[in-house]
Amino acid sequence: MTYITRLDGRKQFEIRPIVAKAGVIKNADGSAYFKIGNTVAYAAVYGPRELHPKFLQDPSTGVLRCNYNMMPFSGMGNRVRPGQNRRAKEISLVTEKALLPVVDLKEFPNAVVDVFIELPQTDAGSRCAGICAASMALADAGIPMKDLVSAVSVGSVDGTLVVDLDYLEEAYECKEGVADIPVAYIPSTQEISLLQMDGEITKEHLIEALEIGKKACQEIIEIQKIALKEKYNVNGE
Amino acid sequence: MSMVNKMSKKNPARDHLLKALEAGIRLDGRGPEQFREVEVHYGVSNTAEGSALVKIGDTVVIAGVKLSVETPFPDTPEEGIIMVNAELLPLSSPRFEPGPPGIEAIELARIVDRGLRESRALDLRALCIKKGEKVWAVSLDVCTINDAGNLVDVAGLAAIAALQDAVFPEYDGVEVNYKEKTGKKLPLSKTPIPITVLKIGDYFLADPLEEELASYDARLTVTTTADGTICSLQKGGDAALTVKDIGKMIDISMVQAKILRSKL
Repeated sequence: MTYITRLDGRKQFEIRPIVAKAGVIKNADGSAYFKIGNTVAYAAVYGPRELHPKFLQDPSTGVLRCNYNMMPFSGMGNRVRPGQNRRAKEISLVTEKALLPVVDLKEFPNAVVDVFIELPQTDAGSRCAGICAASMALADAGIPMKDLVSAVSVGSVDGTLVVDLDYLEEAYECKEGVADIPVAYIPSTQEISLLQMDGEITKEHLIEALEIGKKACQEIIEIQKIALKEKYNVNGE
Repeated sequence: MSMVNKMSKKNPARDHLLKALEAGIRLDGRGPEQFREVEVHYGVSNTAEGSALVKIGDTVVIAGVKLSVETPFPDTPEEGIIMVNAELLPLSSPRFEPGPPGIEAIELARIVDRGLRESRALDLRALCIKKGEKVWAVSLDVCTINDAGNLVDVAGLAAIAALQDAVFPEYDGVEVNYKEKTGKKLPLSKTPIPITVLKIGDYFLADPLEEELASYDARLTVTTTADGTICSLQKGGDAALTVKDIGKMIDISMVQAKILRSKL
């Protein structure tokens, strides 16, 4: 284990500073801003509203539809060409699946709840930031939910487990390599609703990483809750 | 824009707007030529070489600049490149849907583009690195966060603010190093500001709200620089305008452009 001090000086299991706000986009039925380190996500929820084209409608339940998009200037390097690329499509899909277990759209047959996630600047962990913002926006929109969802990336850098990798860590060149594992977590059921990985890791390390991820998500959930309560002025006073 | 603007007597929204205007009332209580509150925030995206968030009333737009080194166009081997693109994000209004830019986004981007290009606000020659081979390309993307009317003017102000904010990244002749910023600003000498004026009946309105944009007769976007030179025009709407109307609308836009420029 040669990776002892993290590149940006954080402690091993320390997440980057978070700023969270609910109700930031007036037109939306619900919205949120979530900043973790230098990654910023906006999320807006529209709906439940009628779903078009009609053949996509489900008479037994409402449909959740997520759309993840990086603004053209939000990448670390070159301009990101607008329009959904393969990566954005995949992230939209896994975001949807990460949120689906907590939303209950049974009351809204044939309807859709649209979640739009936009990133003005990124420094790794953008899908997790997007999920955090989206779950707050859904709550802000008053969509029936069993719980909030929070997400963070865990991983190993040169054999050391860390939480909330930034871009420098993701790209860190070292003997044992980097594993980047974004997870989304539902506190009430202690279940994981997003799980992906880039890199290599042993099973033991992975299980340990997931337990650490759960703890980090628990911290994030508290910040999300405070932000939501702040909008309605119910924090203490 | 693609909004409905029926002049027929059968448009109750327009009738209602007109009646209110006759009584000297605008939907949000403003004077006809008065802008909503304007806020300009610089450096809202650290991945962009320059960025700004502009808020006018409840309308919010983020503009970002990316710089890259490209081959110049063959007909202008000594000039840099500027590209303006607008993304009317579905996050910002239930009217917008995901997908390629529609006519409204294209028109908006072209109005902003024309103002910058025709005023020669950016010295494109100063963006040349090696004639015929390498020039700086300035990509300006405007993204809407909340649409509460007058996107064109808000986007136009955000665009110029983002250009003012931009600094060159490090370039060693081979590769651009986006992590290192030089502190050197873009060769920007002018501040073209687009102002949109609506005509509804005999009334002229600046900084239009969404509801007003849904029932106007004609509109004119006038872009002017600080010395009062007009550098771009765009007429829209179903109705035609008299020369007198046009003169009046230009006067309004010049006064308002000055006020917006003072917020930069």
